Parts: sequence; C-alpha cells; structure tokens
Amino acid sequence: MKNFGFKISKPRAIDLDSADTSLYKKLVKVVPSLERCIMCGGCTATCSVNNHTEFNLRKCHLLFRRGQLDGLTQELDKCMLCGKCTLVCPRGVNTRAVVMNMRILLGCATYERRVSHAVGK
Amino acid sequence: MEQTVNKWREYQKEIADDNYFYERSCIRQSFFPGSEAAFLNILRNELGKNIVDDPNTHTCTGIGYHSDVVPFDTTQTVCARLFSLMNDAGLKNYVPSCVTSFGVFTEVVETWKHFPEELEKTRENLRKATGREFEIPENIAHPSDIVYKYRKELKEKMKYQLVNKHTGKPLKVVEHVGCHYGKIFKEKAVGGAEFPQVLAGMITEWGGEVVDYPERRHCCGFGFRNYLVQANRGYSVANTKKKFESMEPYKPDFIVANCPGCAMFMDRWQYTIAELEGKTYGNDGKGIPVLTYEEMAGMLLGYNPWDLGMQLHQVQVESLLDKIGIAYDPADKYVGKSGKFLGEPEKPEVLKV
Repeated sequence: MKNFGFKISKPRAIDLDSADTSLYKKLVKVVPSLERCIMCGGCTATCSVNNHTEFNLRKCHLLFRRGQLDGLTQELDKCMLCGKCTLVCPRGVNTRAVVMNMRILLGCATYERRVSHAVGK
Repeated sequence: MEQTVNKWREYQKEIADDNYFYERSCIRQSFFPGSEAAFLNILRNELGKNIVDDPNTHTCTGIGYHSDVVPFDTTQTVCARLFSLMNDAGLKNYVPSCVTSFGVFTEVVETWKHFPEELEKTRENLRKATGREFEIPENIAHPSDIVYKYRKELKEKMKYQLVNKHTGKPLKVVEHVGCHYGKIFKEKAVGGAEFPQVLAGMITEWGGEVVDYPERRHCCGFGFRNYLVQANRGYSVANTKKKFESMEPYKPDFIVANCPGCAMFMDRWQYTIAELEGKTYGNDGKGIPVLTYEEMAGMLLGYNPWDLGMQLHQVQVESLLDKIGIAYDPADKYVGKSGKFLGEPEKPEVLKV
C-alpha cells in the first residue's frame, strides 16, 4: 500500500439499517415505559451524578438504542440508582429500572460484584 | 399545472446571448488542458458567437479566499480588476471558466448590491492600486450555462449521441454540479440548488440518461482547506468515496462535472482509493471515466479525443469512446501538438487502464 501521508477517514454517520438493536428490544420488553421517552433530558438535568461527572442518562439511552455499546458499561457504572430521575420524568418512564436492566443486559461485572457485596453474598 | 410552470420559472436564470468576456481558470489548464480551448472553439466556430479570451486575466483569488488566506477586501479588488479588463474589451457579459470563480463573482456583486459602501471602498482600492475604474457586468454566466442554453443547436451539429452503440440504450451518466455554482445563490443556477438542470439538460438532450443516486448533491470532496492541508486529505477522499459507493450500484458509464475541482478529484481520487483500499468502481477493475462538459460536447461533436486532452485523465476513456463508437487513433494518444512523442505515463498497479 502506498503512503500518501493520509488515510481515508472513516465516516461518523450512524447507519441505522445495520445497527444491532437486539439488546434494546430486550430492554423495552422488560421496561415497556421506555418507549414513551421523548428525549427531553429531564433525567440528566436532575441527576446528582451528572453534577460531578459527565454521566448522561439520555445519551446512554440513545447509544443503547442505536446499538453503540462501546464504553457504555463503564458509563452506566457511575449511576447511584438514587431514582431522582424517575421522579422528574414527565412521561413516567421507570428510568431506574432502565439503568439496572441495561447493566444486566450488558453483563456488567462490576455491578454484579457491587450488588453481591451490598447483599452480603 | 400553471402554478408548477410559474414556480419553475423562478428556477431559471438569465444567460446572455452573445458578446462574452472569458476569464480562464487557474487550474483547469493543467488539469484539463483541452477543455477551455474546446469551449472557445464551440462558441466561435460551432455557434458563431463573439467571445474575448484576454491573456491579461488572472486569478479571482477563489482558492485562497475559500482557504481563509485571502481577505474579502482583496478578493473584491481583484474581481474589480477583472471587471475593468472586461470594460476595456467593451463587453458587459462576464464568463468565468471556473465554478468557484463564478461563485466568487456572484458573491462579490451581491455584496455590492446590499452594501454600497463596500463597492465604493473597492473602487477606491482599485484606483489606488492600479489607477483603473470598473463597471459591474450586466450578466455573469458560467460557460456550462451557455452550453446548456445552446444545447439544442449543438445537438444538430453532433456526430454522436450518448447512446451505447452495442445495445442501442442511452448511456447512464452521473452529473455532478459544483457546489459554488448553485449552492451559494440558488437563483444564479439553472434549476436552483435543488434541481440543477445545467448538466442534466445537456445529458438528456444529447441522448443520455441521468443517474439519480442518493448522494447526487453531495460535495465532490475537494473542500479547499480540507484538501490543501495534507493531514486533512483523508476527509476529502472520504467524501468522494461516499459518492462513489452511492453511485456504484447504478453502474454509470461516465461522470460529467462543470467544476474544475470536482472533475479533478472524482478522477484522481479513484486512483488513491484503489491504492489505499484496493477498491475500484468501474468494470473489470477499471474506474469510471470523468469528463468535463466541454469534453463531453467536443467528443459528441466529433473532435479528436486527444485534442480534447482526454488522455491526461487518471481514468482512461477508451472504453467509453468504444461504447459510443467514436473513432480514435491509439498511436496518436501521447503525441503532442508539435508531433513529438510525449512519453507514456506509468500504469497504476490496482486501478486498471
């Protein structure tokens, strides 16, 4: 291969036709209220963790929905499951359950460890 | 129906009939050395029009302006000097060869319309710099506008049509209109920014079929500073690749463009993509030939393809000439005007010629 001093940039466009949405479909089966989400961002605006980190539940939801799962496990690990977001959601989405089930579907090891520790197993 | 016709009238532009002042492009004479000569020949000898080709014309600053290295004051003054050359020739219809020049001139004239103080400042700057005065052209048209305007008259003189002589079917042609032609001021383009007809009109009139593919209006990838900085070229070529991948399923016979940068990049990047990723978009590992509209018109009028400079393309055009049935002498391909053999370029490894 010739060296031109540059390579062809990869597009950042999201191809929704080829996105793997299988996990998202499983998620809405467990938490059907998620389908009512209008992406208003109220959950993120009220999030205590978002005050101190870049954790953004709306972004996590969007990435999960598009099947862009890289780095999502570490991101979701920041949530304290306080449930404040559930209180402010204007569409009544069970956001706390959304986070928990996204973690389970992603096979989040750190979460399992923390739960095991918390319940003394 | 009446409403549709009236609406379509809004998408038309005024193109002068005769007496043009031609300004050559900075880059076309090296990229497509036969195209400007072919245009002048078509206008003078095929259509009998008066067009002045002044050797004193110079850059419009377009490349520097769109790369953010030339300030707008300078651009306005340089354009004003070109207009003063047109005034010297006693003409009022300005015809810049390059699409970016066309965009720059329309932008400058539009600025003067809305900000008369800029016009006065430019007059003062030109006076101080050169002692010249100038008048704004009555009509600014791109050469492709003029070829489009006289497409029917040219058709009568054409020896060939855009038809595959083996199958009798129209050739599938991708038309690519330069962004600076209609995307800056839509009313300056035939068909506006949404439905540019300038090349599509030529293709359909001359027997071809226009390919309507998803990325038809996407930029060719030149993008000025995106190309000029070597590290950014990956972005430039990615845009071109996006277009090729979008048009590939339609199996176009060739691409025609009215902008020097577009024709250049869609031609040369095919080599780069082939070398970097091993991908080619034509038949049998070949590329898709890219023509300027003058080359397309000249080819159909029966001009010698090698006089049109088509041997200097990256993607070779013989397969296209064979499809239409245009006669050419392979031995003549690399023989210069003086009769001397110019030498043959190296053949690329991946992109077949």
